[in-house]
Amino acid sequence: MSVENNSSLLKTPLYSLHEDLGGKMVPFAGYLMPVQYPLGVMGEHNHTREKAGLFDVSHMGQVVIKGDGADKWLETLVPGNIIDLKTNRIRYTMFTDENGGILDDLMITKRENDIFMVVNAACKEQDIAHMRANLPAHLELIELNDRALVALQGPMAAAVMSRFAAGADQMDFMSYAEVSICGADCFISRCGYTGEDGHEISIPADKAIEVCKTLLAEPEVEAIGLGARDSLRLEAGLCLYGHDITTDTTPIEGSLDWSIGPRRRAEGGFPGAERILSQLNNGDASKLRVGILPSGRAPAREGTEILDTHDNVIGIVTSGGFGPTFGGPIAMGYVKAEYAKTGTDIFLAVRKKKLEAKVADMPFVPQRYYRKPK
Amino acid sequence: MFRKDIIENQNEGKKEMTIYYSEDHEWIEVEGKSGTVGITDYAQNALGDIVFVELPEVGEDYAKGDEVAVVESVKAASEIYCPVGGEITAVNEELEDNAALVNTSPDADGWFFKIEIADESELESLMDAAGYKEFIAGLE
Repeated sequence: MSVENNSSLLKTPLYSLHEDLGGKMVPFAGYLMPVQYPLGVMGEHNHTREKAGLFDVSHMGQVVIKGDGADKWLETLVPGNIIDLKTNRIRYTMFTDENGGILDDLMITKRENDIFMVVNAACKEQDIAHMRANLPAHLELIELNDRALVALQGPMAAAVMSRFAAGADQMDFMSYAEVSICGADCFISRCGYTGEDGHEISIPADKAIEVCKTLLAEPEVEAIGLGARDSLRLEAGLCLYGHDITTDTTPIEGSLDWSIGPRRRAEGGFPGAERILSQLNNGDASKLRVGILPSGRAPAREGTEILDTHDNVIGIVTSGGFGPTFGGPIAMGYVKAEYAKTGTDIFLAVRKKKLEAKVADMPFVPQRYYRKPK
Repeated sequence: MFRKDIIENQNEGKKEMTIYYSEDHEWIEVEGKSGTVGITDYAQNALGDIVFVELPEVGEDYAKGDEVAVVESVKAASEIYCPVGGEITAVNEELEDNAALVNTSPDADGWFFKIEIADESELESLMDAAGYKEFIAGLE
């Protein structure tokens, strides 16, 4: 509860709204962000799982790449299949380095005339420098610093969205559309970071408060802070960059194999391809990201050592806490590959105790993304 | 021991009990040599929804200022420090199944443990209710 000097921290276009809503503002990735509102982390988490929650994620970076062959060029930086991505479809992928380590994870949308991407707040400067350093002269990189980004998530989120953007509830998971909300030109993407259905909404900064107030006026919607965002994504088994994936982990070690399609596996051509494809084809990754279920009630936090029966350290927890919807402690972390099988007995060194746990499948709470009927 | 305390409290309801507060937001209700320890309403409010409490074991000795318990909210773990030294004589087993009692009843049902106070002079460094109220007002 120390008072910090917040003068150097940035504010999102929604800052004054957070204050009006009673948000508890904390420093996060260089920004002052709401960690919770008066409803509290548990209440906000449960509200999102039951109805709809509105999250300010304007600290994340929004970038556009213009020019012919932007998709082909991006494939030199990421292992995802971007060339074959259809217009108005979104792909989850990551920037990799020469060793196959993950520099950041991101969402790439192929739009009619360009590429739109959303990158992590803490990595955005580095990502933009990385892209500019590799950018051919015929491509243009534009930072959308004049746009806010919010996420509306939960089982009732799409119904709420469709009141302002007709047909939004019929969009497929991982698809994109441009709509007008309160007269503002918004980009809506059917994705999120909670495991729930919903949209992320990019809004011109000067209209962000008006759009958010309009959404919050709907009876199903509450403002949700970063605290619940973290417990929701952990239950959904989703990685937090800088914790669950870093430059010390490859996409394969991070159990993100599914994000690399057959053509990229066959052709390679992205940074670190040699190591990543070797791990993929030979199964020689030495560690793997797994879900962890502690047997008791005590949560195991980030940094907790994972032990075998003989007290040998076999891994480390990278995210851990309590899952309000799951109803108990949950975690994810890295273990030596031979311990990665679901159901393997492991132990967690929590304070002075050795707690029993098992390697578990993720997500801990079933994902409820919207899949359009064929 | 626990049951005997209840009976004594019932029989000696008029006996004066004194509550002291620490700067770490623990309270200790003292009756003779026995103290009951919990965290304040201010502390539970700052911590948020509490999901787990790790309690000490009966019979263990702690010095004033030792880390004696851990409170886990959805987001983070926070240490609880022993407001006075002594031996743990009872712990609130209700918290094992219902840690949220610390949120709903921080100064009664959500108590953490009872301690046999080794040196009553250690109470002198703690605050009374008025002093604590002033202390937290200064934190706002």
